[in-house]
Amino acid sequence: MWRRERRMAEAMLRLDGVHTHIGQYHILQGVDFEVPRGGLTMLLGRNGAGKTTCLRTIMGLWRASKGNVRLEGHDVTRRPTPELARGGVAYVPENMGIFAGLTVRENMLLAARAGAPDARRLAWIFGLFPALEKFWNGLAGNLSGGQKQMLAIARAIVEPRKLLLIDEPTKGLAPAIIGAMIEAFRELKSTDTTLLVVEQNFHFATSLGDSVAVMDSGRIVHTGTMAALAADAALQQRLLGLSLDAHQ
Amino acid sequence: MTAPASTVPGQDAGSAIPAARFDWRPLALVPALMLAAAPLVGSAPTWVTLTVAGLAMGMMVFMMASGLTLVFGLMDVLNFAHGVFISLGAYAAASVLLTLKPAMAAKSVATNLSAMLPAVAAAIALACALGWFFERVIIRPVYRDHLRQILVTMGGLIVFEQLIHVVWGPDIIPLPRPQAIAGSFIVGEAAIERYRVLAVVVGLAVFAFLWMVLNRTRLGLLIRAGVENPEMVESLGYRIRRLFIAVFVAGSGLAGLGGAMWAMYQESVNAQMGMQMIVVIFIVVIIGGLGSVGGAFLGAMLVGLLANYTGYLAPKLALGSNILLMVLVLLWRPQGLYAISKS
Amino acid sequence: MLARLLSGDLPRSRVLGFVLILLFLALAAAPFVFPGTRSLNVAAKVAVFVLLVASYDLLLGYTGVVSFAHTMFFGIGGYGVGIAMAKLGASWASLALGIGSALVLSTLLAAAIGLLSLRVKAIFFAMITLAVAAFFQILASQLSGITGGEDGLSFRLPDVFSPAHRFVEMPVFGVALNGRLLAYYVVFLAALALFLALLRIVNSPFGRVLLSIRENEFRAEALGTRTVIYRTAANCIAALGATAAGVLYAIWLRYTGPDTTLSFDIMVDILLMVVIGGMGTLYGAAIGATIFVVAQSYLRDLMKLASGGLEGLPLLPALLHPDRWLLWLGVLFIVCVYYFPSGIVGRLRAARAA
Repeated sequence: MWRRERRMAEAMLRLDGVHTHIGQYHILQGVDFEVPRGGLTMLLGRNGAGKTTCLRTIMGLWRASKGNVRLEGHDVTRRPTPELARGGVAYVPENMGIFAGLTVRENMLLAARAGAPDARRLAWIFGLFPALEKFWNGLAGNLSGGQKQMLAIARAIVEPRKLLLIDEPTKGLAPAIIGAMIEAFRELKSTDTTLLVVEQNFHFATSLGDSVAVMDSGRIVHTGTMAALAADAALQQRLLGLSLDAHQ
Repeated sequence: MTAPASTVPGQDAGSAIPAARFDWRPLALVPALMLAAAPLVGSAPTWVTLTVAGLAMGMMVFMMASGLTLVFGLMDVLNFAHGVFISLGAYAAASVLLTLKPAMAAKSVATNLSAMLPAVAAAIALACALGWFFERVIIRPVYRDHLRQILVTMGGLIVFEQLIHVVWGPDIIPLPRPQAIAGSFIVGEAAIERYRVLAVVVGLAVFAFLWMVLNRTRLGLLIRAGVENPEMVESLGYRIRRLFIAVFVAGSGLAGLGGAMWAMYQESVNAQMGMQMIVVIFIVVIIGGLGSVGGAFLGAMLVGLLANYTGYLAPKLALGSNILLMVLVLLWRPQGLYAISKS
Repeated sequence: MLARLLSGDLPRSRVLGFVLILLFLALAAAPFVFPGTRSLNVAAKVAVFVLLVASYDLLLGYTGVVSFAHTMFFGIGGYGVGIAMAKLGASWASLALGIGSALVLSTLLAAAIGLLSLRVKAIFFAMITLAVAAFFQILASQLSGITGGEDGLSFRLPDVFSPAHRFVEMPVFGVALNGRLLAYYVVFLAALALFLALLRIVNSPFGRVLLSIRENEFRAEALGTRTVIYRTAANCIAALGATAAGVLYAIWLRYTGPDTTLSFDIMVDILLMVVIGGMGTLYGAAIGATIFVVAQSYLRDLMKLASGGLEGLPLLPALLHPDRWLLWLGVLFIVCVYYFPSGIVGRLRAARAA
């Protein structure tokens, strides 16, 4: 009983002093932050702050040169990517990573490691993203930008996951689609998946974020609740060089 | 609330995505070539003989090339030593056939096959084993470094070719001919060699098998996805390293099969066999598009047919004809006929 | 003064310097110190191959490009001389014409190949150069009217190179000062001069840019270098070096043929020499070429002895059979690619620094 309480209090994800070097470039320079269990944490920051590198390091695609990454208390810093994925972490990269030469169905099939996707779960996903049902046997490469993004996210949730790492889900999307995306994410939040989302779109961030972490030059410069950040225009200006109204 | 996902400008809710229109134009090159050659050759029986010979040769080249193109498409590795798997397959088959000589001399097809099948099996097995060794020891240390990869695999080529000399000796070894399968069908006025028909059948079977695996199995799905984006496949939880090894070993086995078939076709083996084929194989792979099995099949058909037609019509041109074909294809499609777009 | 001659690229290792001096003296005095046609042949071949391999090192070691078309340029040089002398007569004019047209053809082809290389990946490029070289080899063997086909071309050189032509009546130090001697020194001195020229090129700003492109092409492009131009230029210079080597070899042998210049075996040999000697050092080419050519001629006798001595044992005699010397070089080559990327020269220099 006591152990379960302690586990529930533990963060889903914790980074301690993580450094990442890419070639000779020192990109992450000591990242410390926690992603609380459940809910949606937004990772914000200017271009080049290191947000994508952060996600990739967590996922094991890039190796941390120092520090450690803990998933539910377990040290996963040196674990290979497939192991993390099988441990319940799903990653949706910036370029979506969908397989253009495969059909929508095949993309989903691949993501469902247990075999075929569970029928009820699939129905739920179709509810979030009807286009996927419509174009089930079409080539993923022929989907529109928004539909590809939906496929990418659908893949990540085709089976229950502990943690979703999503990199810029609204990048390049038309405002109407972003609205749809926000709705889909709202519904995702109601499951017990933890989400860590990198975003540039502040409206998206403030609509959905529960907690927020802001990066700059490879470090975390602010953590806290989204509500607090959204209320403080001066803080926004300082951290992100913009205010809520300017960046929609 | 359901998201109105299809209100994207330009795409209305009712229309389906056009199913990917199959790109049939490259495929039309094969019948086009066959038709173009017909008036030039003149006589129908000769044309039939040449065409069958061309298809048979194409099938064998396809078997040898399929492994190379898959490995390159999936792993971004070019194994210059691919020719060694071909040679090894040829020699392994030779050893088995020579041991089972009496079975080859028999007049029954079944008895002949009882020698040929083990020969082919031995070729595949040995080539797979060597492939496993190669992947583990020679290629793994230089995965991302293309320069050193080219050098190291060239080194592997030199060393293993020499080792074949050591084990089997440097001389040409003649192979026994399967008595029941030798000879030709006579169709009208044309003589069609039975062995060539066998080669075509085997080649088609291999192609069909590969197509089935690639398009109807989970493994094939993994391979096709891996060719596009290996990192994403890993992020979905699959250990792509194991996939690499499996594909590499399978590719080597296929090359061994091709070598064995080629040896039986030529009725002799020599240590230069792999090297002789490697330029042709590279050309086939380039024509087809690096990473495309279908492209390699098509390229192999074109190369085989062209070599036989020009061998008859303009022998001086024959050797260089496939290089000219490559140049023409690249001018039309610089990435090959069925290029794979990588993320 | 020595530093200026070597364009500042000193051996940087006592052992290496010593070996190079020894090599230079051996080649310079070869006709007198190593009498006999066989040894003189070896010496001339060493000189030619040092130049050939050094020009390849410019491409592989300094520009980072793997090309299998190098023997094609070697052949163009050889056939340029061969065709000119065989078809147009043994005169200075035809020699000049042959050499000139070979150089021009090589430059054009190298430029075309160089421009191609930028549109395709390294592996694709390597495969295409292989195909091009194969095509050229086929051409040479098929156009037998011009090229002599499989048999090649034997020809005569201007009279001054003939063995019968004596400069001084009496032999000096036991060696006749005849046209053959002159031919040898032309080959040796030309190879030496061109090697030093290559040394000058790689140590110039141009060479430094090549190295920066090899290290990090994106960075170089970002800094404004037009990598197209540099790569193409490097291709052309390397091709010209190979062509010159081909010319010299043809002059020495008074023969040109597909197997002396165009065969893929020679391309493999070049790779072996440059990697074992040391990529990106130029001196590596000298060391590698010397070791290889000398071994090719003399080591096999040694191996024959060893193989004979091990008669009766399983497998060993076959492994040590003189025809299998390539096996051991291949193993050495692989070891070098993994562990000694700068080959022998790199090893010697590292030992010095340690």
